[in-house]
Amino acid sequence: MITEDPKHQDIHEYLAEMEDIPGTRVFTAKRARQGYHMNQFAMSLMKDENRTRFKADERAYMDEWPLTQDQKEAMLARDYNRCLDLGGNVYFLAKLFSTDGIPFAEAVSTMTDMEFPQYREMMMNGGRSPEGVRSIRANEAAAAAKNEDR
Amino acid sequence: MARITAGVASSHVPLLGVASDFNKDRDEYFGPIFAGYDWTREWEKAEKPDVIILVYNDHASAFDMKIIPTFAIGCGERYKSANEGWGPRAVPDVEGHPDLAWHIAQSLVLDEFDMTIINEMDVDHGLTVPLSMMFGKPDAWPCKVVPLAVNVVTYPPPSGNRCWALGEAVRKAVESFPEDLNVQIWGTGGMSHQLQGPRAGLINKEWDNKFLDGLIGDSDHLRRIPHIEYLRETGSEGIEMVMWLVMRGALGKKTRALHRHYHLPCSNTAIGHLVLRPDNGEGLDMTGSDTVTAIAAE
Repeated sequence: MITEDPKHQDIHEYLAEMEDIPGTRVFTAKRARQGYHMNQFAMSLMKDENRTRFKADERAYMDEWPLTQDQKEAMLARDYNRCLDLGGNVYFLAKLFSTDGIPFAEAVSTMTDMEFPQYREMMMNGGRSPEGVRSIRANEAAAAAKNEDR
Repeated sequence: MARITAGVASSHVPLLGVASDFNKDRDEYFGPIFAGYDWTREWEKAEKPDVIILVYNDHASAFDMKIIPTFAIGCGERYKSANEGWGPRAVPDVEGHPDLAWHIAQSLVLDEFDMTIINEMDVDHGLTVPLSMMFGKPDAWPCKVVPLAVNVVTYPPPSGNRCWALGEAVRKAVESFPEDLNVQIWGTGGMSHQLQGPRAGLINKEWDNKFLDGLIGDSDHLRRIPHIEYLRETGSEGIEMVMWLVMRGALGKKTRALHRHYHLPCSNTAIGHLVLRPDNGEGLDMTGSDTVTAIAAE
């Protein structure tokens, strides 16, 4: 296992590494700022009154929040990967899952390239292996080395 | 004086609360998960802890994005089960221990851990699922709880090293509390899981088991695992395992394992569970529960 020396922690290296994981949006301060209103909007759905108003007219309720057009479109489409790109966090987006009445795991599966039954089967078989999805840079380096071999 | 007599680690997957509340906990899917906690339930009946210091994280329930405390301690009288979008879990209220909690809070601040104090909040599955796993479905929880919430949602969470050191300071705080109390510390969350993006569903059984191994004995190498390793190896939500290090840090230099359980999967997540006894010559008189241990081992 790699060890950490907090005295030599470089914030820029730290943040760069957060962006080096395939298929993953780490909820960094940058995303937390970008998605602040989106996540607070999602949180508001915990109140029955807000949930009712949202369900009656999703766009009208969202228009009351300082959201970007992209954020509104992404949430209307329930495009959760797009929501993550725009600063959404899954624990807040989960308020949309429960508003829609869909199980958490099913909503999560929509962010993968699988349908829910296939995703569930993958989980039953021990889940997704970390092999090949640890690092974007490592994958690129491996691909470049392979090309050179040709 | 108050003493930390044991450490318990457990995943806190919300679906386990659903299974417990709707009596699915012995069905084909959940049965093997809950069976791994049967030993602990018997053991807890013999241990009779007075207070649990329960290290967990809130999942957009008590805290939204307005205020993000890195380490927060609950000093309230009682806490209700939070509504997480499906209505509050039908579990008993959680009774706090304000005297001990305030004592720990003061001691931690004097020890240079700048804690956030919480007097009122609701507690979500991060806290109530471990209670259900360890105590089943009683009319009232059999002990008091001091919630210790860690931010593992907005980056950066505290380092593993800092979590471990917090645990060490918690131990010191507990041992300076004059009342005789049997205190356990629980670390919750994990193990490997990723709930977001195209890489969702990641599980790493080998890594998880190495982590479980590392909590037992006298090594402290786990405190030096950097965030990036949790992210790469255990998925974006695997970072919750830093909360287990608060528990481990509070058990002193050496531990021995009383019980261990690992199961795949529960929804998106690998279930891990470990019961540890501090093993530093504390001279803990746990005669009753050691008998349970012996029976369970037969």
